[in-house]
Amino acid sequence: MPEIDVRLVDVTKRFGPDVVAVDHINLEVRDGEFFSLLGPSGCGKTTTLRMIGGFEEPTSGLIELQGQDVTWLPPYRRNVNTVFQNYALFPHLSIYENVAFGLRRRKVPDQEVRRRVSEMLELVELPGYEKRRPSQLSGGQAQRVALARALINRPAVLLLDEPLGALDLKLRKQMQIELKRIQQEVGITFIYVTHDQEEAMTMSDRIAVMNRGHYEQLGTPEELYERPTTRFVAGFLGVSNMLRGERLGEDGGYAVVQVVGGARVRVPRERLNGRAAVEVGVRPEKIRLLSAGAPAAEQLNRLDGRILDASYMGVSTQYIVRVADEANLTVYEQNVERTEEGSLHRPGEMVSLAWTPEHTFVIHEGTGGDAGNAG
Amino acid sequence: MTAIARPFAPARPRPTVRRRVAALVDHWGLPAYTVAAVAYLLMPIAVMILFSFNEQVGKFNYQWHAFSLDAWANPFGRPGMAAAIRTSLEIAFLSTLAATALGTLIAVSLTRYRFPGRSATNLFIFLPMATPEIVMGASLLTLFVNTAQPPLDTVIPKGVLFPLGFNTILIAHIMFNISYVVVTVKARMAGFDRRLEEASMDLGANEWTTFWKVTFPLIFPGILAAALLAFSLSIDDFVVTNFTSGLTNTFPIWVWGSLRNSLPVQINVVGTMIFGTAVLLVLGSTLLQRRAQ
Repeated sequence: MPEIDVRLVDVTKRFGPDVVAVDHINLEVRDGEFFSLLGPSGCGKTTTLRMIGGFEEPTSGLIELQGQDVTWLPPYRRNVNTVFQNYALFPHLSIYENVAFGLRRRKVPDQEVRRRVSEMLELVELPGYEKRRPSQLSGGQAQRVALARALINRPAVLLLDEPLGALDLKLRKQMQIELKRIQQEVGITFIYVTHDQEEAMTMSDRIAVMNRGHYEQLGTPEELYERPTTRFVAGFLGVSNMLRGERLGEDGGYAVVQVVGGARVRVPRERLNGRAAVEVGVRPEKIRLLSAGAPAAEQLNRLDGRILDASYMGVSTQYIVRVADEANLTVYEQNVERTEEGSLHRPGEMVSLAWTPEHTFVIHEGTGGDAGNAG
Repeated sequence: MTAIARPFAPARPRPTVRRRVAALVDHWGLPAYTVAAVAYLLMPIAVMILFSFNEQVGKFNYQWHAFSLDAWANPFGRPGMAAAIRTSLEIAFLSTLAATALGTLIAVSLTRYRFPGRSATNLFIFLPMATPEIVMGASLLTLFVNTAQPPLDTVIPKGVLFPLGFNTILIAHIMFNISYVVVTVKARMAGFDRRLEEASMDLGANEWTTFWKVTFPLIFPGILAAALLAFSLSIDDFVVTNFTSGLTNTFPIWVWGSLRNSLPVQINVVGTMIFGTAVLLVLGSTLLQRRAQ
């Protein structure tokens, strides 16, 4: 059982009588993990982070840090540090004094300050920048200094509030790898707030996908992507094809669901969890396109349809397939078999879509599910 | 700006007289205007400095007689003058200190917090600046005189606000200075990033340390500018002071009083000194601000 670093118990934050920024969140972040709060703007992820940091007080609930109740402690009495969205480096201090700020507050002797500051600047790959001013740094450098300034205090938990938001794409990719490396090197728990699903997936051990003040699903990037349990998560992380259906019966380890056009798809039985009316989904890259009538393995799920649109995208081709005049499904096909120009499917062509039942996920909400606190 | 940046155009063949004049105006018009405007502004100061080197002949210093360093050798050598300057400096110093402290706190709270009456306060802060000084002086006088009448005389002991004197001048100066300090510091606070304070507290500094290590250094240029402004407004004030000074003389009051029968060269000397000090202070604060950027 890994140790719990941060625990939120039933935490709610209201701004005024009408705005509920965070709505009864329960959360446990394990020691040493890279944990992300992912969601669109206004979903409450930053407010949640600010409550952990001590910048906002929860309206109700409890916040524990390494077993200690810190709900009402000011930021300077908590063993957490924050990397702010726009870095918030002190413009009147040198880089050295910026990084040393936390140690100075704890009256660490000069000699040790000097050693640890240069150690930290080494870690973030900015040695020799001690004498500069924040205004003389690029965005990426300021980001690293902000990180060094927080990490030098050896906090139990490091909070990062969209720290890469202001950087351009290339630098962001580079910093993602860098952040992950630093996190592994120092072994500190990171809680990372972002609206960028790719960023969260690349770096995180676990992600809580937030929407309207609570998280809809919590899990590893793979769990969230392969088996989203809410419509929101399915749509927020990547592209999904959703199909409404009804449970007909069972077939071995599978439940059989009748979807559009009377077609039947099979779903691992435990995912259906006894529901009758369901919504099932499948990711576009899991689907294989076959010419109509072509033989396919018996155990595959299979739908017939007509190609509406085909877009060549380099790595892959995106097809929009109309199934039973009711639903449009998106299919990504890797361009590995393409041997000459236009040698694959064209708009208007009848095709079959096939995928393995294990790639079918089931939405748990709207049909009597337990959306919201599925963690 | 283009007028200065544009070079004489050598490529043009045989410019007409009209064009040449136009080019000259183009090139020199703005600089000439600037020199004229600055000269207009500085002329009185130049005259003041020049006449501080005048030889004292008779009672008034209106006509140039001869170059002399007599007044500079004995700058405070007039009866009552040294005391008046001393009072002026004391009042300027104390009122600046009080107004800067109070005004800074007001400015911080006005920009930082939302509270009932905030916009009303913003308006009231502005009023003393918009009110004609003579109105303010007259009403202050009325107010101070009334502290000696019933029922206020039972609350405020005699001698604190009435008879008029050092205390009343000081109170009046603090009052009008606060507005200027608030407005100046508020301008500096407007762009202040609150996350800097959050970052400071995040790094282990409590509210007190955060104010002195982060907030204060960052708004210090604004506070300094406000203090300089307050000092110069106080040392220079005549109208309000005249109403509230009673028998106490500040330097401007003393000058006004002596003007009735004499205008000694020393007035120009002291004026020049005040001017010189002000210039040095402004230069200093500009350098300081530039370094902080």
